[in-house]
Amino acid sequence: MLGLLFLAVHLLLAALSPLVVPYDPVAFAGGAAFAPPSAAHLFGTDNLGRDVFTRTLLGGRVALLITLAGIGLAVAWGGLLGMVLGLVGGWLDEALMRLVDAMLAIPETIFLLLIAGIVGTDHVVLILALGFLYGVGVIRIARTATLTLVAQDFVLAARARGEHQHTIVLRELLPNVLDMLLVEGALRWSWMLLAFSALSFLGFGVAPPTPDWGVMIAQNRSTFGIAPWATLFPSAAIGSLIIGINLFVGVLAKAIGLDRVDGITV
Amino acid sequence: MNACSLQIDQLSLGYRTQSGQVLPVVRAVSLTLGAGETLGLVGESGCGKSTLGMALLGHLRSGNALLGGRVLVGGADVFQLERGALARLRGQQVAFVPQNASQALTPTMRLGAQATEALTLHLGMDLVAAQRQVLDLFERLRLPQAAALLRRYPHELSGGQQQRVVLAMALVRRPAWLILDEPTTGLDVITQAHVLQLLQTITREQGTGMLYISHDLEVVAQVSARVAVMYAGELVEVAPVAMLFADPNHPYTSGLLAALPHVSGQRLPAPIPGQPPALHEISPTCAFAPRCSFVTRQCHAHAPPLGPSAGPLGLAEPLLPGTVPAASIHLVRCHHAQHVATVRSSARANGAGPPALPPSSQTATHEPLLVLHEVRVSYARPSLIERVRRIPAAPATVDNLSLVVHRGETLALVGESGSGKTTLLRAIAGLKAVEAGRMSFGATDLMRSVDQRPHEVRRAIQIVFQNPDASLNPRQTIAQILAQPLRLYFGLTSARCRERAGALLERVRLAPYYLERFPGQLSGGEKQRVAIARAFAAEPELVLCDEVISALDVSVQSAVLELLNALQAEQRVAYLFITHNLAVVRAIADRVAVLYHGRLCEVGPVAGLAEPPWHPYTATLLGATGVLAAATRPMLARDRADPAPPARGCPFQRRCPHHLGPICDEESPPWQELVTGRRICCHLKL
Repeated sequence: MLGLLFLAVHLLLAALSPLVVPYDPVAFAGGAAFAPPSAAHLFGTDNLGRDVFTRTLLGGRVALLITLAGIGLAVAWGGLLGMVLGLVGGWLDEALMRLVDAMLAIPETIFLLLIAGIVGTDHVVLILALGFLYGVGVIRIARTATLTLVAQDFVLAARARGEHQHTIVLRELLPNVLDMLLVEGALRWSWMLLAFSALSFLGFGVAPPTPDWGVMIAQNRSTFGIAPWATLFPSAAIGSLIIGINLFVGVLAKAIGLDRVDGITV
Repeated sequence: MNACSLQIDQLSLGYRTQSGQVLPVVRAVSLTLGAGETLGLVGESGCGKSTLGMALLGHLRSGNALLGGRVLVGGADVFQLERGALARLRGQQVAFVPQNASQALTPTMRLGAQATEALTLHLGMDLVAAQRQVLDLFERLRLPQAAALLRRYPHELSGGQQQRVVLAMALVRRPAWLILDEPTTGLDVITQAHVLQLLQTITREQGTGMLYISHDLEVVAQVSARVAVMYAGELVEVAPVAMLFADPNHPYTSGLLAALPHVSGQRLPAPIPGQPPALHEISPTCAFAPRCSFVTRQCHAHAPPLGPSAGPLGLAEPLLPGTVPAASIHLVRCHHAQHVATVRSSARANGAGPPALPPSSQTATHEPLLVLHEVRVSYARPSLIERVRRIPAAPATVDNLSLVVHRGETLALVGESGSGKTTLLRAIAGLKAVEAGRMSFGATDLMRSVDQRPHEVRRAIQIVFQNPDASLNPRQTIAQILAQPLRLYFGLTSARCRERAGALLERVRLAPYYLERFPGQLSGGEKQRVAIARAFAAEPELVLCDEVISALDVSVQSAVLELLNALQAEQRVAYLFITHNLAVVRAIADRVAVLYHGRLCEVGPVAGLAEPPWHPYTATLLGATGVLAAATRPMLARDRADPAPPARGCPFQRRCPHHLGPICDEESPPWQELVTGRRICCHLKL
């Protein structure tokens, strides 16, 4: 339940923070730069004298929006393709899986930087790039899960009935793979968030004056000795979100009825 | 070898749930076994047999807890033993043979090293002597090429061979007690008969005592002198084998006996209604009362004690606490034991009992429905090099098979595991391509693949699989499972599907509230009923049944057979019923076809099976099922693995006890027709 709470607070803040923040996130807040936390500035101020509390509250909005869309895309296309490949097998499966192996051998960040460098850092581009890249790993997971399922008699029974391939994928396979996909998706979402923050940190994600945790850490890390709060609070925000997501994964598995299926009454 | 007695004294074991509750698994079990005695422990699954068996080695599975009582091996309480002493107990005095041999052997260790380990470690024997002993036992257990076997790995052996290796590993230590947990359940009938025979001979020689755990009363009767029947963690009846079979006093024992299908029997086996209670549902009074036909108010008010039976061989005076019950005493836990015994014996006198079996299904006709003509199915795929060099391909899994299934009849297809039964079934279902030959269904030719067949044909042929755990999608509710064929074949709307699904459940005798359940919440028998309902949802003309009852408990098996018979009478459907058990055949089939290595040996009406002549292989199967008197039981001439069919001649040539000579090895045997209508494929003059 703790995970759900973390996640709910984050999502709620992301949605409502523009209405409640005390200062303009991009303007000087009227005080000195590097001011320590006080009643006026709960999280202190940063190198430019901006309110860290305000910027931290707002700093997750873009990241959450982009990564949520990205992970949805990744799980959808990766999961579907993985199930289809596992079901049909043959040369198509063989060829595409070797391609997947090749893709997985290249570090994601390099790929992302490449795309961002060539196509730009438009939000739609970032969503498509993240969705494509993180879906590759999902293919492998979904295909492996499917391979153990297609050998089972209930899939054989469906084939013997003469069901269409899409019926087998959606009705027989999907319910059995769904929990794994959701867990996998939530896990990959946290990786994607980190990767996106890293992109921002490197200057390819969210463009500067817009508040973003990755950008905040990048800009304030050189002055960590003088004003640690300007780095620590956005770091804590990322950390709590990631931990929240991971705890939420467990709650999710329970909610979709894994325990009921296994015949254990709770 | 150190003979010693085994005493279980008021043993109670519990299972601790996650919420901290302790549920009873074994409830105050007391048993005394003299050195070298053999006892069979019988009951349905979930009655605590295995937990009790493990406890005799001082082992509790995770979650299990000792609640009270003692287990004394040679006077020492196994639960009080120090680590070292416990290891000595398990190494030298009590040996355990688990059900699944393939999981009991370490896959990465050679068999020689595994089998000698116990001797070198526990008995301090040197390796050469240990190997000689293991080899000796391997040979006695008739394992092929015993010397070479020592260097093999477990996966290189067949299931039957693995089981014998595990048995050898247990026996080689010459333990005082051997605990066997369903050691032959996974084996086919012929191998099982072998293993049981050897087990008896060797334990008698070594003076080893045996506790044989099984759900199969027939198997237990073959190897043990006494039988203890267990229900819901309690002993409900303990008696010498002959006495228990002749005069069962507990309604549960009586039910188990009636549930056994029997080749010679003319009656349909009678199921026991209901299923054993879950751990948290066990009644503190009589646990069997909810399923019992003799139940009275007394049964719900007082727990019946385990006392001497009222029969002629029971004891007149009550047992004094602390006295050791002799091996010939008949104990029973029932308020109405006397009543049960008299009702049963008078029923036998009047010839009443379960309904008499009709000579054949009334629905059987002579109109051909499925015709197979010289069908060949093969898994062998010659490589490019083999094709270029024209190396002959391996013999096909199923070859030259011609068979007719008539409308409305039940044809049983019998054979051991690996005889190609399932392969043939898949070919008929269009899941495995036929290589040669023709198949036709009604007036239409059957296409090789299910995708090429017309909708109507797909609907008319349905399959029920062996294992309902695998054949039902665990993530679909029963309503969703039953809706699929309805939607596919009849295009029904969701509401209509639901309605029909409810009606289907009713036809397989399940309540409508099952619609909302998942397969994981059903028992094995209930799941198989759902699988049958799914097949009948298509309103089929032919149902292919692949070992549909072999994964179920004995008490449930007969109920499923009865259901299949009833559905056939209602709907004139034909069954192609695959089984390895000839006893089941009698209860359900009109005709029987015997398959060896994918080639037919014998086809004909079931009724004719009662009398010779048989095909030598059929005779072997009958012998292994325990139908023929032990003296006339033919045994296989050579008990060797026969992994692949021979390229020429009779498929049974390598194991045939009547092998005539070169003619059997070279020429395909002719079909001979008997007066009874049976046809036998053999060179012997019948």
